[in-house]
Amino acid sequence: MHTPDSLRYVRSHEWASAPDDGVVTVGISDFAQDQLGDVVFVELPDVGRQVAAGEAIAVVESVKTASDIYAPLAGEVVAVNEGLEDAPETINSAPYEGGWLFKLRVDDPSAWDGLLDAAGYEAVAEAD
Amino acid sequence: MQRTPLYEAHEALGARIVDFAGWAMPIQYPSGINHEHLAVRQDVGVFDVSHMGELRVRGADAVPFLRWSTLNDAGKLRVGRGQYSMLPNDQGGLVDDLYLYRDADDDFLVVANAGNVDVVDGQLRRLSEGFDVVIEDESERWALIAIQGPGAALLLERLSSSDLAAVRKNQTVDVHVGGCPVRLARTGYTGEDGFEAFIAPADAVAVWDLVVEAGAAPCGLGARDTLRLEAGFPLYGHELGPDTNPLATPFAWVVKDKPFFGREAMWGAEPGKRLVGLRLDGRGIARQGYEVTDERGTPLGEVTSGTLSPLTREAIAMAWVRTSHAEPGSVVQVLIRGQAVRATVVVPPFYGR
Repeated sequence: MHTPDSLRYVRSHEWASAPDDGVVTVGISDFAQDQLGDVVFVELPDVGRQVAAGEAIAVVESVKTASDIYAPLAGEVVAVNEGLEDAPETINSAPYEGGWLFKLRVDDPSAWDGLLDAAGYEAVAEAD
Repeated sequence: MQRTPLYEAHEALGARIVDFAGWAMPIQYPSGINHEHLAVRQDVGVFDVSHMGELRVRGADAVPFLRWSTLNDAGKLRVGRGQYSMLPNDQGGLVDDLYLYRDADDDFLVVANAGNVDVVDGQLRRLSEGFDVVIEDESERWALIAIQGPGAALLLERLSSSDLAAVRKNQTVDVHVGGCPVRLARTGYTGEDGFEAFIAPADAVAVWDLVVEAGAAPCGLGARDTLRLEAGFPLYGHELGPDTNPLATPFAWVVKDKPFFGREAMWGAEPGKRLVGLRLDGRGIARQGYEVTDERGTPLGEVTSGTLSPLTREAIAMAWVRTSHAEPGSVVQVLIRGQAVRATVVVPPFYGR
């Protein structure tokens, strides 16, 4: 599995980029996309929505199943990846780049440091 | 978990293995379900279905017994042919769906779903009282692989040095592949032309390897499910079950007008609902258990299977709906995570033939 060191992760398999002016980008990990298989549909949250950490706010569907996506941090949805509507398979091919899901303006940027680092997440994922 | 003779071959191909009805089976290979699905629609794929169960029914009364215990008419099945059938319960529903092959006048092979072999075996034995038949579980004597797709016949002709053009749908033929005896039946569960190959377990790896080396894409249970759904075929546990009256489904043709076990509960019943195909007009994918309503939100039934068609990229499903909304063209709604998504009743298959 590919797990970039520059990102932080949560046990439910989302990643969050380092806060940039209070905004983090969120997607699902390479491990998660591999487990899901071919992604065929994505349901994204409304921009402007206030979300709590751990709240289910999006859905990624593979051929076989629908999986909830959880907000890794509390904040406001400020952007969603509309390109996924026509090309959801980008989540499989580029989970950390073109396959990002949404951006959050987080309430507490320092909370990002408390998420799992790459090694910690890999340990969790391997135990799954 | 039980393993088929091909378990190591699946692992070597990088398959993702899951527990299916107590069997360790490949759900997909590294290329993914969509790729496998399209390989079968456009070329040729191969599936390990050795988890399916085989029961031998033999004896002077084999025909009257199977006419009584199963819904299709085994008496109309000619030697060397196969027939889709179902095993009824006494509540108007089903114990399993089956494939019957007639090997001789008094000799049939009954293929049952992996998870149902024991209950099918038990019911056949109970009903066999008074009939001159012997029932034997031959599941461990057969490996079964399905070679499916428009390229299946050519691939098998090359491997078996046989002419398969004269082998008709549902017909069986005995050939050799790589020196191994193989019984081919021109049957399948994908909607494509293809064959199911009954092989001695000891020969399974050799035959599988030859088929894969000849260009068939290894396909797992994931693609098997999307292919059968796109083709409009039922899966026991989804479209069919102990409470399913087959007369309310598109598969009512299986039920022949003759005396059979459980007929009283099935024949006269009007369940007030029908099993139909749905094509979603809005965004979203219908999944098993999702509620179906009319346009005002009145409940009509529920989804039994759903996916995004890998071929047409449309969201397709099968569902129970009240009879009032079962006509093709009827407009309904599927509730997807609280959102009502418009859908139209259509007649499967869900792609042009």
